[in-house]
Order: sequence, then structure tokens, then C-alpha cells
Amino acid sequence: MKIFAIIIVILTGAVLIYSTFDMPDWGNPNSPASVHVSPRYIEKTIEETATPNAVTSVLADYRGFDTLGETIVIFTAAIVCILLLRREDDKTH
Amino acid sequence: MIRRTESLLVETVCRILIPLIQLFALYVIVHGHYSPGGGFQGGCILGASFILMVIAYDIRWMKHRFSEKKNTLMVALGVFIYSLIGFICIFLGAEYLNYGIFHRILPVDVAKARSLGILAVETGVGITVMAVMVSIFLNLTTYGKHEKGEV
Repeated sequence: MKIFAIIIVILTGAVLIYSTFDMPDWGNPNSPASVHVSPRYIEKTIEETATPNAVTSVLADYRGFDTLGETIVIFTAAIVCILLLRREDDKTH
Repeated sequence: MIRRTESLLVETVCRILIPLIQLFALYVIVHGHYSPGGGFQGGCILGASFILMVIAYDIRWMKHRFSEKKNTLMVALGVFIYSLIGFICIFLGAEYLNYGIFHRILPVDVAKARSLGILAVETGVGITVMAVMVSIFLNLTTYGKHEKGEV
């Protein structure tokens, strides 16, 4: 059974490594990631948001809904931590 | 696990460092428009200053300045600010979190209104991240008991 698992892991790894040969080169200006919305963010960020740091304008404005989700994730982490761990005294321990 | 160091050197250095760390954290939050930084990073630094208080002094000393009730309220306050900004945008007649519409109630143009919206949202993120850091640190290091004694 262990050998079966190892074979599956090696096969999956081989497929994943094989698929990387089709990826565009590092920093290729014609790759899909560089020609879709990135040029608009870089060119229009000062004109549209008056924010020179494009990272901030993408994070909080163009992708504001995503950042709201991220904030709710860490909010949930704290709430769960309080609910699971917090106790007033150690009599139950 | 967390007990008072009672070292004059540590307490004096932290007494000087903590205000500077907090000032730097606020700088990182509000200067996120022009340099690397923003709500997440600044909130982490701000939370680290309170964690330094716990390490250098003890939990009771830190809670005297930043009570647990306030801390838990601020965990929710940041998310509340963020989503409130979104709903204000809806009431002004735009999409959720489309800050450009703020030019109707503020004396600025659309681009500047977006910049201010980003700042307000980053402030909310910073408040939540700061409170979350402190809350998780206290609960994990003391198994939820918030005592200064050994664990």
C-alpha cells in the first residue's frame, strides 16, 4: 500500500513538472498575465486613483472586494481563537 | 511562560522603543500610498508593539493600557469600518466599494476620492490586524488564561 502511494505521488509530480514546460518564460512581456489587466493598472493608476503605489491601488481599490475577504479571514481566525481557547479560570483544567 | 522580566535594562529600553514602534506603524499605514506598506503590514507592527509590552512587562501591565474588551471590540471594528465604507458607496448610488462616488460628498475629484477611500479602508484593515495579532498571541501563549504565571 505504501509503494502504491509513492507511485501515485511520483506520477503526479511528473505530470506537474511536465506541465511546467508549457509555462511562459519568467518576465515574458507576451505572457497572458502581462497582457490582460496589468498594463491598465500600471498606466492608469495615478490617473484613476491618485495613488503612485500600484500595489496599494490594486489591493484596496481594483481588488477591494478581495481584500475585504482577506480581512474577514483574519477576523475569523481571532474569533475562533477566542472561542476555543479563552477561559476565565483554570478550574476546568 | 510569560512572566515579568523585572530587568531595569529591558523595561527602560522598551519604554523608549514602544512609542517609536507605534509611530512607525502609523506611518507605514498612512504612507502605503507612496511606499511599500499598508494596513496589513502597519497593523502587524502595531500589534508587535503590544506584544513587546507583554514580553517586557507582563500581561496585566499591557491590559491596563489596552483592555481585553477594547481589543475584542477592535477586532470587529476594523471589518465594520471596511464594510461600512462599502455600504456608504451603495447609498451614494455606486457599486459596493466603488470609492470614486465619494466626490459627491467630499470637495475632491474622483481620483482623489478613490485615494481617500483606499486610506479609510487601509485604516480598517490596520485596526483589525493589530487587534487580531494581540488576541491570538495572548490566547496561544497562555492557553486562554491570560495570566502572568507559568504554563
